[in-house]
This record gives sequence, structure tokens and C-alpha cells, in this order.
Amino acid sequence: MSASPASPGIVATLAHALIALGGVVIGLFGSVGRLAGFAATVLARLFRPPFYPAQLAEQMLVIGWFSLPVVGLTAIFTGSALAQQIYIGGSRFNAASTVPAVTVIGIVRELGPVLGGLMVAGRVASAMAAEIGTMRVTEQIDALTTLRTDPYRYLVLPRVIAAVLVMPLLVLVSNALGVMGGWLLATFRLDFNSAAYLNTTAQYLKVDDVVSSMVKAGVFGFFIALMGCYHGYHSSGGAAGVGRATTNAVVSAFILILLSNLIITVIVFGS
Amino acid sequence: MTAKISLAGVTKRFGAKTVLAGVDLDIAPGESMVIIGGSGTGKSVTMKCILGLLRPDHGIIRVDGADVTHLKGRALAAHQARFGMLFQGGALFESLSVWRNVSFALPGAAAERRAAAIDNLARVGLGSDVADLRPSELSGGMQKRVALARAIAARPEILFFDEPTTGLDPIMADVINVLIRTLVTDMKITALTITHDMASVRKIADRVAMLYEGRIIWSGAEAAIDTAGNPYVDQFVHGRADGPIRMQVRRL
Repeated sequence: MSASPASPGIVATLAHALIALGGVVIGLFGSVGRLAGFAATVLARLFRPPFYPAQLAEQMLVIGWFSLPVVGLTAIFTGSALAQQIYIGGSRFNAASTVPAVTVIGIVRELGPVLGGLMVAGRVASAMAAEIGTMRVTEQIDALTTLRTDPYRYLVLPRVIAAVLVMPLLVLVSNALGVMGGWLLATFRLDFNSAAYLNTTAQYLKVDDVVSSMVKAGVFGFFIALMGCYHGYHSSGGAAGVGRATTNAVVSAFILILLSNLIITVIVFGS
Repeated sequence: MTAKISLAGVTKRFGAKTVLAGVDLDIAPGESMVIIGGSGTGKSVTMKCILGLLRPDHGIIRVDGADVTHLKGRALAAHQARFGMLFQGGALFESLSVWRNVSFALPGAAAERRAAAIDNLARVGLGSDVADLRPSELSGGMQKRVALARAIAARPEILFFDEPTTGLDPIMADVINVLIRTLVTDMKITALTITHDMASVRKIADRVAMLYEGRIIWSGAEAAIDTAGNPYVDQFVHGRADGPIRMQVRRL
């Protein structure tokens, strides 16, 4: 029997697909390598002066204080909705009383840091990418260099340090507000006893949960600032390029937050 | 005499596009050199290679006879500290006031730096009343002057001007040209300007070099530019569409 006349076409299509796949894989490794190089360049400046404390303080204010309303509201609404869902689900198994315990574990271990991280990423990573990207395309970063100032030290490092420092505090507040949201709903709508709810919450809240939550927040803060600065720093092509940098910063920060959350959760709670 | 800045066989590619194809250029100490050439001929890239903002693929760049082509780290920072630069768009920091922009590279307490900034603003014809304004509150010409004050604030040995009159009306352009010429002469600074504004060339330049397709195709004294005898220079100086320089435009 003779070979199918379509075979050469299939082979060529397969070869093209493999070449395209190879290109994507090489591109992915290239991007990871460039990002790692950027992170290494920033971290290498961590312990050597000059430092810019005024820049650090400004970034702590911008990332921490100004993110508080959006992170706080997200936590309160999510905590309330979570308590409501646990009550509905638990009632099916006569386990409605688990609302305070499951709410505090869910908020502190997962929803507080992850939703807080995502909200800050949406607000801060985009702003960083837009600001630094605009500085890049208007030659302000080149101007910094000619004015005897290392852009990594002046622009990037303060943002990374500020994000790593304030994110745990922000998530701590977020966790408290999330638990409060659950408590408010449970006591005012689901007829839970206030003191009993808070007692159970305190009983099930472990130090390890709080520590893991803060560790996650610090890691998320690092990725948020890194992505914002990296994409802004390497933006090109005018306003459209800055727009692309902003989108890429938010999307990549989201992905890294969710991926690192999974990794930390598996490491800390997997066993 | 050793050239203040010397480029020998400098090449630079971006992907498949060769921007500099072997630039040879000498700039004498205290000289005001102007590089002319059309858009995209590599003028800005040449300047950024000398500054160390871009690294050439081949060739040697010397400043005061020392090879500065492949400097890194602190040596590169020390090299860059010898230069002041006026960027095409000014590149003022929007988040800082005018006086903080001007005194950005200066050491010392805030009061001293503010006083130094006001001195430098006076050199470019601006009063202390603009010191506390933001760059966005200034006109284009005033922004250029603030950027010029910032470029000279640290008393650099060498000044670079990237299209200093772009976007300005003819009168303000002339004000900037006169300022540049005065500063370069008074401060005895070596200057390199890139421009395609012939009025700037005639006002600022001691010597002129023309960059075309990544190479210096002509250089000579400013006074000789009209009698260069080079058809490319002649076409550029007189702004003629017809000549050996072909612009890539689509016919209607």
C-alpha cells in the first residue's frame, strides 16, 4: 500500500508546531533569565550605600497607607461572604457552629494574604510600571544616570524594600478586618453569640497561621514591586509601550502571587 | 594635542539594524562640536555610547586618551560624572520641584542646594520665583532652560546637548542657542551637540560633522559648511528634497 499523499503536509505542520513551541519555550526561559538578572541586580545593592530613606518612606506610604482602604474593604466583604457560605454549607451537615473556626482559618491562611496581595498588585504594580515606564520613555532614567544616581538604587530598591516591609502589616490588618466581617455577619444576621464567636475564633487561630500569612505577604510584596519595576524599567515605544508594561506588570504579579501562594501553602501546611 | 573625546571605528547594531557602521570622530578640548544628520542616522546612539548608556559592539571610545569603551560599576559612574547632558525633552523629574531638579546631583544640606539651584537658574535667565514650581507648570522653553541649569549645576567638564531646540519657537530656540554658546565659552567646556536645526549649528558650533548611514561622511569648521563640496552636506544644509540623501517616503 502506498503512503498517504497528506503525510509530507502533516510532517511539515508538525515540524512548524514544534519550532513554534521551541520558540515559546526559549522565549520563556529568556524572560525568566532576564527577570532573575534584574532581581539579582537589585538585591546586590541591598547592603551597600548610598541609600535613599526619603524614597523608602514615600513608597511605604504609597504602598501601605494608601492601599489600606481597598484592602480593608475587600477583607470585610470577603470575611462576611465567607461566613455566610460556611453557615449555609455547614447547616447541611449540622455543622453551622464551625463558622468562626473555618472563617478565621480561611481568612488568615489564604484569603487575607491572597486577596490583599491581588488588590495591592492591581493598585501598586500598575502604578509602578506606569511611573517608571514613563520615566524610561521620557529619558528620565538616562537623566538619573547622568546625574550620578544609580536608577536601581533610587527607583527600584526603595519600592522593593517598602513592599516587602509593609505588605505583612497590611495583611495583618486585612486578616483582622476579614475576621471582623465574618463576626459582624454571624452576630447580626446568623444569631451567633458574640462572645462565643470571638472565643472560638481565638481558640482556632494559631501563631503558625499568622506567621505563614505574614511570610506570604512579604513574598507577595517582593513580587508585586519586582514586576512593577521590571516591566516599567524595560518599557519602550512611547505611551503604548507604557500601557503594555502596566498590563504585563499586573498580570505577571497576579500569576506569581497565586503560584507562590500555592508553593508556600504546600510547604507549610502540606504535611 | 590629545583629543578630549575620540571615537575610532565605533559600531552598534540593534538586532538586524546597523545604526553605527564605524564612527571616527575627534573633539578637541574646549571645542563645540555639532553632529548633524537626518532622523535615525545614529546621532543619539553615538552620544549614548560615549556616555556609557549604550555599549558599542566594536571600536574604541577615549576621553582624555583613556579607553572608556567597556567601563563598568564605579569606573563607569566616575566617567559619567564628568558629563552634563541636556536631553531632547528636558527629562525633568515631574515629582520634584524646579530647584530640586536643578540641584539633584549636588551634595550638601537642602538650604545650600537650593541656593546653588537659584544661582544656576540665574545663569540661564530664570528667577528664583520658578524655584518652587513643578516642571509641568513651566512652558517648553522654560523647561529647556531648567534642564540646562541642571546640566551645568555640577560644573561638568563635558556637556552634551540632544536636539536642544526641538519643539521651541524660533525666538526661544535662539535664546537657547545663545545660552548654550555663552555657557560653553564662559565655562570653557567641551561640548557635543546633535541637531538637525541649521540655525543651532551656525550659532553653537566651532566644528561640524555629518553622520550618514552610521558613518561620519564629512567634518570641518562651521564656517566651511557652506563650501564643503560634499553633496550630502550641501543637500542637508539647504534642506533640499532632491539629492543623494533619499528619504523613505511612500508616493501618493
